[in-house]
Parts: sequence; C-alpha cells; structure tokens
Amino acid sequence: MRWRRLTANRLSFAALCVIALIAASAVLAPWVAPHDPDETDEEAMLAGVSPRHPLGTDVYGRDQLSRLIHAGRIDLLIALSATAVALTVGCALGTLAGYRGGWTDQAVMRAVDAVMAFPAFILAMGITAALGNTTANVAAAIAITHVPIYTRLIRGEMLKVRETEYAEAARTVGDRPCQIVFVHLLPNCVPPLIVQATLAMGFAILTVAALSFIGLGIQPPQSEWGQMTAEGAGYVVSGEWWLVLFPGLAIMLTVLAFNLVGDTLRDVLDPRMRGVR
Amino acid sequence: MSDLLEVRDLAVHFATDRGVVEAVDGVGFTVRAGEMLGLVGESGSGKSVTAMALLRLIRPPGRIVRGEVRFEGEDLLALSEEQLRSVRGARISMVFQSPRTALNPVLTVGRQIARLFELHQGATRGAAWARTVEMLGRVGIGEPERRARQYAHQLSGGMCQRVMIAMALAASPRLLLADEPTTGLDVSIAAQILDLLRDLGRRTGASILLITHDLGVVAEVCDRVAVMHAGQLVEIADVRSVFARPEHPYTQALVRSIPRIDRDVAMEPIPGTVPSLLAPPPGCRYADRCPRVLEVCRRERPPLLRSTTHHEVACHAVEAQRVPALR
Repeated sequence: MRWRRLTANRLSFAALCVIALIAASAVLAPWVAPHDPDETDEEAMLAGVSPRHPLGTDVYGRDQLSRLIHAGRIDLLIALSATAVALTVGCALGTLAGYRGGWTDQAVMRAVDAVMAFPAFILAMGITAALGNTTANVAAAIAITHVPIYTRLIRGEMLKVRETEYAEAARTVGDRPCQIVFVHLLPNCVPPLIVQATLAMGFAILTVAALSFIGLGIQPPQSEWGQMTAEGAGYVVSGEWWLVLFPGLAIMLTVLAFNLVGDTLRDVLDPRMRGVR
Repeated sequence: MSDLLEVRDLAVHFATDRGVVEAVDGVGFTVRAGEMLGLVGESGSGKSVTAMALLRLIRPPGRIVRGEVRFEGEDLLALSEEQLRSVRGARISMVFQSPRTALNPVLTVGRQIARLFELHQGATRGAAWARTVEMLGRVGIGEPERRARQYAHQLSGGMCQRVMIAMALAASPRLLLADEPTTGLDVSIAAQILDLLRDLGRRTGASILLITHDLGVVAEVCDRVAVMHAGQLVEIADVRSVFARPEHPYTQALVRSIPRIDRDVAMEPIPGTVPSLLAPPPGCRYADRCPRVLEVCRRERPPLLRSTTHHEVACHAVEAQRVPALR
C-alpha cells in the first residue's frame, strides 16, 4: 500500500527505476557489462558511439559502457557503506545526546559541531589525503563528514518525541529507559531518518565522484564516475564529447534519482499513513 | 475500609528562571481500598503533578522536595528506581487525558498492551496476545481481534481511551490514576468511559484516583472528594457531604459555580484567579479570593483538620466558627 504511494508519482517512479537499474547493473556488473572494463581495443581507440561500443571508448580503447557499469559498483558500495556507518554512529550519538540531555548533550553536540565546522568536502579531502586513498578510507572519510547530519537530526527528533505523551505513558507502565528508547522513541524517528539517508546517499555519491575527480578518491585502473569525468574533461575541446558526457550523466542521474525518491519518501513515510489501504 | 495509599505532606517544586514554583505544597490524603476518590481543582492547582509525584515521575526542573507516599505499606519515595519500575504499570497505573497521543503511533494498540503482560507477568508472546484480545473485549471494544491489530490513529477517541484503560488494567493494578480521562471526549462517550472505569474498579477491587476539574463527574461516580487549590489540599470529604455541606469557602464557591437546571439559582463564577505559586505568601493561598478571610489567614497556613468523621477541611474561618460552638 505504501509501495503503491511511492510509485504513484510518475517522477518518483522513474527515479526508483533509475536506482533499481543502476543497483542491478552494479551488482551484476561482470555479467551485464559487454566487455572487460580493462580490456583495450586497439582498433577502436577514442572511438565514438557505435554498436560495438555503445558509449564509445577512451584513449586506450577501453569500452566506456563497461567501465561505467563497473564504476557504479564502487560508487554505490562506498555511498552505501558510508551511509550505513554514519547512520549507525549518528543515531547512537544523537540518541545519547537527545535522550540524556545535560552535559552528555553538551559534550556530544560540541564534538559534532567541531566536525561540522569544517566544510564537509575539505574535511573528506583532508582525511583521504592523510590516510591514503583506498576504497575503505574514502568511505570512512564520507562517513565521518555525514555523522553530524544524523546526530543533529536524531537529537532533534529525540527532544521532540521524549516529551510526547506516549513517552510519558511508557514511563508510567514501568518501561526501562532502554526499552523506552528502542521501543517507543527511535521507531518514531525512523521516517525523517530514512528520508535523510536517501538524500545523503546522493550526496555521498557526489562526494566520491568529486574526490576522485580531483585525484584523491578512487585510483585508476579501477574506474569511477568522477575520475572518468575528470579524464574525459581533457577531450572536450578535441571533440570526444562522449568521454565526459556519459560519466557526468551517470552521476547526475543517480544523485537526482536519490533526491527525488528522498522527497517522495518524506510524504509517504508519514506515520499517520500506516495501515491505510 | 483500609487505606491502600497514604500521602503525607507531599511537596513538589519546580525551579524556573524566575524562582521556585511551589506546585504542590504539603498535600496529604488517603485512598482506601476499592474506593474512587475524586481529586478536583482549577487548572494549575497541582492535581496532575500530585498524580505524577505518586509514581515519582516528576522530571527536572521539577523535584519532590518532601513527603511520604505509602502504598501497601511501602514508601514509594524511598524505593530504588528498579523497585519502582515493578510498581509502575503493575500495581499503580495511569490513564491519560488525551488517549490518542498517549498511545505510541508506530505500534499496534494490541502490541502495546501485550508488551505489558510480557513485561510484568513474564507471559509468552502468544499468551500475552490472547489476554490482550480478551482485555480489549472486557473494556467494551467490539471485534477485539481486529482492533488489536490497528494503530491508534485508526480508532476513535473513545476507543483509544478504552484501549488506554485496558492497558492500565492489564497487569491488574491495585490503584488506577485517571488524569482527566474524559476531557477530550464528547459527553455521551465520556459517560460511557466513566461507567466503564467505575464498573471495572468494582469488579477488580482496584481503587481509582480520578483527577478532574468537573464536579459533575465527581458527583456522578466518586465515593469521596479531595479539593485542591493552588497546590494545597483544602477539603476532603465523602461526595454527599461535599455537595450538601461544603465547608471550605473555596469548595462552597466551586459548588455554587456548577450550572444547575433543576433549581432556579444563578451560576456564580469564583472571583479572582489561582494565585501565583512563585514564592506564595505564607498563609492560606485562598485568602485573596476568600469572602470570609480573617487576619490570621494571611499569616498562618490553616492545617487540614477533621470536622466530622468523614470530613476534613483546612480553613481558619471554619475553625473559628466551630470552636465557640463546641464550648
């Protein structure tokens, strides 16, 4: 029933399809990619769009479609794991701060403010530059920059729900503080959390791409959308437009799709819509 | 009847930016086994705070500064937090003013009740569910099996209140604190809920402390009444004598303020407002609104004294009148 509400809007349905398509192609990359992403084709270097290479090839003659599909794998993996880590840590910190209040709240929120004081992208750059740009470090860098978003969100929600009558009622029936948090409070914070996580997924992908674009993210020969865009940017003037257009389009479509779905989720995940058919 | 709950000299203060608010000041009363005691007073007179203090659920900036809450022989204010949790919901439970918002919106109502059977009686999931459905039937919810699987927003206000009552009675408590249980409901539903409360109270032998500002409700269902004004208890008596012979000037004013259609008397509103509880004067807090105010009223707080067997009142004027009469 809620699923239907999510697909009822044509735009969000399209966005869901885009996400599904990209996710499926990422998971099934070795089977759906027409070529090996590292395989060079000497007869078709910098070749344009053709039936053999639907999105053209790069300077080494590597098939761009295959490279894009494999790049999606790493982009989604990093975004997903960074979001999962940031969500978990942010939830724990936000719950602690919002529910306990007092000095715990002060300590947690000042620490989070300190992280937030850095521009997220500069911080991610710093972390990858300092730790070395492995896949795990890029994910960690993004996770760290995203923790404050969830911490602030959950803290705010906690402050709100802990004053509700059902929280009060939970105390009168003898629930323990941890039961109150996990049974009564956190589930009521889930809708805004899912919305935020979906929007942040898009932002995480953008950050991976941006880090790789400036050379601090994923390193060649592993393909990555941002890095491919960066490589392709050099060929715009000489006329090989497909090298920059398709990776750029991949980033844009994915981020846009996540944002659109996030916005629709915001409307759909209203708890009052539960159980309504 | 023996006393189930005995409250002595209970005081709850709230620290605010402008000073200490003495929301409840030296309140003492008893609740007898199986009775329904009405706690009445204007908004802000400290009724709800008193109830919350009984379960020690006053949260900062509020604080219970002194007093004793003796329940089945134990002083609840001296128990550990852990011991208190086995009292809350199991031996003393609470029904709230706005049932819809007092139910968790993301849990089905059945699940919320079933949790209590699991929490307090160690019931298995299946057994807890069966008893939940039975409980919903007992509070007069039709199709309990189906309703148990619904969420609060899918039920009407009256039904939500029935669910709250089922929840409150789930663990067979000895005392039920009902905080304005009928305020948000329309008159006919409110009457049904009151009947249900009284009926269930009688059947299970549980005592009920009914907090309300509606004297009509009290007259209808309560055995005894305690009247609060500005954080202090001014009069306790059985329902009949409160309505027939109210002694405290405030109670008299309250009774006169009930609109009547059976007699041709004008409804009289009480003059003035509840005084500020921020550093209140030492004497009687009703002094400034009282038509019978004496000089001593502004200096000394009147103690709650027994006037007849079933009637206690805290008023210097009443006292002054009685003492010469006795001589």
